[in-house]
Amino acid sequence: MFQYIQRRSLYFAFSAILIGLGIAAMVASLITSGAPFRLGVDFLSGTRFEYQFVEPANELAIRQVFVQAGFENPTVTSLQGEGLENAWQIRTSFALPEQVQQVQAALIATVGPVKADATRVDSVSPSVGAEVTRSAVIAVLVSAGIILFYIMFSFRQVPNPFRYGVCAVAAMAHDLLVILGFAAITGMLLGWEVDALFLTAILTVAGFSLQDTIVVFDRIRENIARRPTENYELTVNRSVLETIHRSLATQLCAMFIMVAILLFGGASIKPFIAVLFVGLLSGTYSSIFTAVPLLVEWEKRAMAQAG
Amino acid sequence: MVKNNDYFWLFMIITLAVLAVRIIVNENYPLRLGLDLQGGLQVLLEADVPPEEPITAEQMQTVRRIIDDRVNGFGVAESNVQVEGDRRLVVELPGIDDERQALELIQGTALLEFVDTGNFSLPPEECVRTSLNEGKPSPCELEGGRTITDTLTFPAPQYNTVITGDGIANAVVEIPNPGRYIVAFDLNPAAAQLFEAHTRANVGRFLTIVLDKRVISSPEIQAVISNQGSISGNFTLEEAQTLALQLRYGSLPIPLKIVANRQVGATLGTISAASSIRAGTIGLVVVLLFMAIYYRLPGFLADIALLFYVLLNFAIFKYMPVTLTLPAIAGFLLSTGMAVDANILVFERIKEELRRGFTLPEAIVAGFDRAWSSIRDSNVATLIICLILFGFGRNFGASMVQGFAITLAIGVFISMFTAVIVTRTLVRFIMGSGAPWLEKHRRGLIGL
Repeated sequence: MFQYIQRRSLYFAFSAILIGLGIAAMVASLITSGAPFRLGVDFLSGTRFEYQFVEPANELAIRQVFVQAGFENPTVTSLQGEGLENAWQIRTSFALPEQVQQVQAALIATVGPVKADATRVDSVSPSVGAEVTRSAVIAVLVSAGIILFYIMFSFRQVPNPFRYGVCAVAAMAHDLLVILGFAAITGMLLGWEVDALFLTAILTVAGFSLQDTIVVFDRIRENIARRPTENYELTVNRSVLETIHRSLATQLCAMFIMVAILLFGGASIKPFIAVLFVGLLSGTYSSIFTAVPLLVEWEKRAMAQAG
Repeated sequence: MVKNNDYFWLFMIITLAVLAVRIIVNENYPLRLGLDLQGGLQVLLEADVPPEEPITAEQMQTVRRIIDDRVNGFGVAESNVQVEGDRRLVVELPGIDDERQALELIQGTALLEFVDTGNFSLPPEECVRTSLNEGKPSPCELEGGRTITDTLTFPAPQYNTVITGDGIANAVVEIPNPGRYIVAFDLNPAAAQLFEAHTRANVGRFLTIVLDKRVISSPEIQAVISNQGSISGNFTLEEAQTLALQLRYGSLPIPLKIVANRQVGATLGTISAASSIRAGTIGLVVVLLFMAIYYRLPGFLADIALLFYVLLNFAIFKYMPVTLTLPAIAGFLLSTGMAVDANILVFERIKEELRRGFTLPEAIVAGFDRAWSSIRDSNVATLIICLILFGFGRNFGASMVQGFAITLAIGVFISMFTAVIVTRTLVRFIMGSGAPWLEKHRRGLIGL
């Protein structure tokens, strides 16, 4: 039988590098832009304009129009991607629809004609932005509470439930750190924003990650009961190999769908799907390569102390 | 191994499939697309009054009704106006192309005018053309309201606007004698000047109060009015109150301000819709192929269940209806993954039991039984996530999240039926009856 569990220091090192990169990106983003991620208008409030010009446009000219319309420090970014030729994104403080109309008219007059059909404007006032942020915090707190309850409930019959719970939470934290780092990196490189959908991805990944871990832990429990005399490490190894087919098959199916969306789907949903994709991948990885090795390490040390 | 129970389920499955197809092809149930898939405008309005001033639910409902009337007049097929919370209103205008006009319409505290109708008192509800927009036909007329045209001159007369609602500083109901109600109003200085000049020159003629080009009342000018005036008529208390409100705020009982809005160009929406369908189809086909290749016969049967699952989902999306947005489609596709996962759990169990030496019929029974608790647990966990997300998505700014949560939850419910009962029925009918033959000659077909 393949003894994967013995190489656990390798897995820990791999995770550490991955998470370290993400944290470095968050710190870099914090220093350059004042926030660990590029926050979307949903949370930060303000207005995001997306215009596609018929002819190539000049960043300075676009900025000028917004400054003249009374917006201080607009952020002007060129959008990249299929079907986004000459497309620009401009972030400003909250603009009322009248101001949007004025700016639009000024843009067409000074910068050049825009494809009216390809325009997108998202406007969120500070009060609404604050509410979204508040309910995001509530959603996260409620989720954390439910997750803890769920873990306590799931492991109530296991010996040392505390250890199982902590390892499951560690794996989940691993996944969340991975996608937070991913968000920081893509925010800096591609201008992807952390918005309400990002939070959705976070909560979904947290849930799926936990389920993945619980499936493996359940099997460990079952096998311990079946072979009480077997070496602990062997039992764990067997359990993982027994559940790995399911994990991989499920992961593959989810990946087929998400890769299809990433390759062929609508542009505005891609960041969300990419975060889900990375999160689910990390969730499968962490249940096998973080949660289980951590548990083995802990149990072995406890046994060594006891024995 | 086929039991009576299975015949019942087979019957149910076929009935449901027929029902689903009938809903899908029925044009009375249109597929409702969200803003990001067909373009359009979405606006969140908030009562523009100090937070300590109470707003009743009735007031909000009145505002909702008025705005709903206005956007309906605009000719948007699936416009939707909803009260959100205590003091907010969401207006959705999918598929519109003239955002500017729509915004004016929504926000425009409706236009109040005092027009000079000379020697004629016009009946209430009549549509008029005024000098303010050069006598063009108004929505009032276009919606089929009564006009002067059919009774008097042709073309319809254009009346002179003396002042507009902007000139009114305040309006209240007064009760000079019991049972009689008048509406008293104050004018700001600029309007007062115009009003004084006009009333001085036109005593005995009629000054008609028009809201959104629709006559409200048409009183006679009895005296010179400068900064204060009153309108008398056969008002009930309620009518007088409404008129006072309309004079104060245009037509809305509460002034509104825009606190968030979203505009999506129609082309962007169409492109997103087309690419989502393409992406979803490709993803599904790959999953179907994977299941059939990896799990063979049971995988193929699971594919049939999965197609049935897609069918049921679409029927429900159309029947409820669920507004499909990009995140909603993502939620649906993710739930497809959950449906497949349930079957994978079952098939892996069946394989395990077969390896342990059980016969095929025994393994099938054990596989579905043992996998059920895992399927149930993971589905319950996903439903809890959906519930939290749904609550979070109640915010306008996060409304995209709601679509994801709804379709994911619907998908989880349906998958518990299709991935467990439908697959089990199919597996029992096909694999159960052919078990001895399969075990002897076609072990490859069952994935061994």
